[in-house]
Amino acid sequence: MALTQSDIDVEIKDLQDVYDKAVAGGAPVRHHPVRDYPPYRSSVLRHPKQPLVAVNGGDPETVELSGPVFGVTDITEIDNDLTRRHRGEPIGERMTVSGRLLDREGRPVRGQLVEIWQANAAGRYAHLREQHPAPLDPNFTGVGRTLTDDQGRYSFTTIKPGPYPWGNHTNAWRPAHIHFSVFGTAFTQRLVTQMYFPSDPLFPYDPILRSVTDRAARDRLVARYDHALSQPEFSLGYAWDIVLDGPSATWIEEGR
Amino acid sequence: MTERLLPTPSHTIGPFYGHALPFPGGGEVAPPGHPDTITLHGYVFDGAGEPIPDALLDFWQAAPDGSLDGAAGSMRRDPSTGGFLGRNGTDFTGFGRVATDADGHYALRTLPPGNSGLPYISVCVFARGLVHHLFTRAYLADGADPLLDSLPRVRRATLLATEGTHRTYRFDIRLQGEGETVFLEFR
Repeated sequence: MALTQSDIDVEIKDLQDVYDKAVAGGAPVRHHPVRDYPPYRSSVLRHPKQPLVAVNGGDPETVELSGPVFGVTDITEIDNDLTRRHRGEPIGERMTVSGRLLDREGRPVRGQLVEIWQANAAGRYAHLREQHPAPLDPNFTGVGRTLTDDQGRYSFTTIKPGPYPWGNHTNAWRPAHIHFSVFGTAFTQRLVTQMYFPSDPLFPYDPILRSVTDRAARDRLVARYDHALSQPEFSLGYAWDIVLDGPSATWIEEGR
Repeated sequence: MTERLLPTPSHTIGPFYGHALPFPGGGEVAPPGHPDTITLHGYVFDGAGEPIPDALLDFWQAAPDGSLDGAAGSMRRDPSTGGFLGRNGTDFTGFGRVATDADGHYALRTLPPGNSGLPYISVCVFARGLVHHLFTRAYLADGADPLLDSLPRVRRATLLATEGTHRTYRFDIRLQGEGETVFLEFR
């Protein structure tokens, strides 16, 4: 029998209750999602059952405390403008999405690569496997890249993606989001995540967002409308800072 | 001690990253024709033992001389077309990125890492269904190593790439179940 949204809602609520109870009882807050999160069906066979093995980050020879670097040869000038890749302008609500890439000490991550990808305004990806019968936009591919500046700031011009259906259960819809892939100064800080938009009514129903069981952590995935970022007669501004987890070589130096 | 910022949570890469993250030459870290080139390759499997055709692997390693500085230019671009030029043929960037193919197979052509201790290539695994990436290491030699020595024999074996002919090393990644790969967290 096909799973309905209400089946998934029950599972989401149960796991939320377990988490809330654990935290109330003194368990640590979980900043990241639970890899074993059955309401997101694809996670069932794709998470390890053995605990992760801790590597002591105190050894400066640890390769993962350094990481890949990127530079001006890796991007072109218009890579951060997703509306200028084709002959015409994409359909949709034009946006400026900007924020800072920081480590947990609040230090900017400078000159590092930020990659994004997203659906078009109708909720369709320019990807062959995408089966959602919404129109493709010949003027929108939905891929962008940039390097952070000296303050760790990134900025993209794009259009607001639409929500779209997916096959997790009957009538499953993803809230509108932009995928982000970012690097820190250390490979340990690698992060792939998704940015959401304020007050999306689909939030409570989405098992991917709800796999982040901590409410405050979920809120950190939602961009803020920022009128100061909006550009007159051009775009609406959304601000979203990204904070990277994980030790780095600089972290060790200061932690000694 | 200042209050540390709270981290941005991870999310799955989803199924539709294929037109965004992989880039031509992502697995060609060694300069073309370099005589020391090795091939690290293998399959990524799920908990049912099925190959995963939509995983993405990021690789990071020391240069042959042990340097961990890396170099820019892994995804060097052509400003006139916006296309990809490949690496410049001299700098060793230390970074590779490969998506598994329809068989769940990947291949990385690189130079032997010169890190201190046993040589290894660090791997970061992403996939649809995996809500938070996983780190592991492909060791290219066996011997004394603080991480390997901390593991039971069966688990240890999952981090050892198997040397084959023509400078190939086979390294399979099993996300779950029998022979589950050892995945790492850095503290």
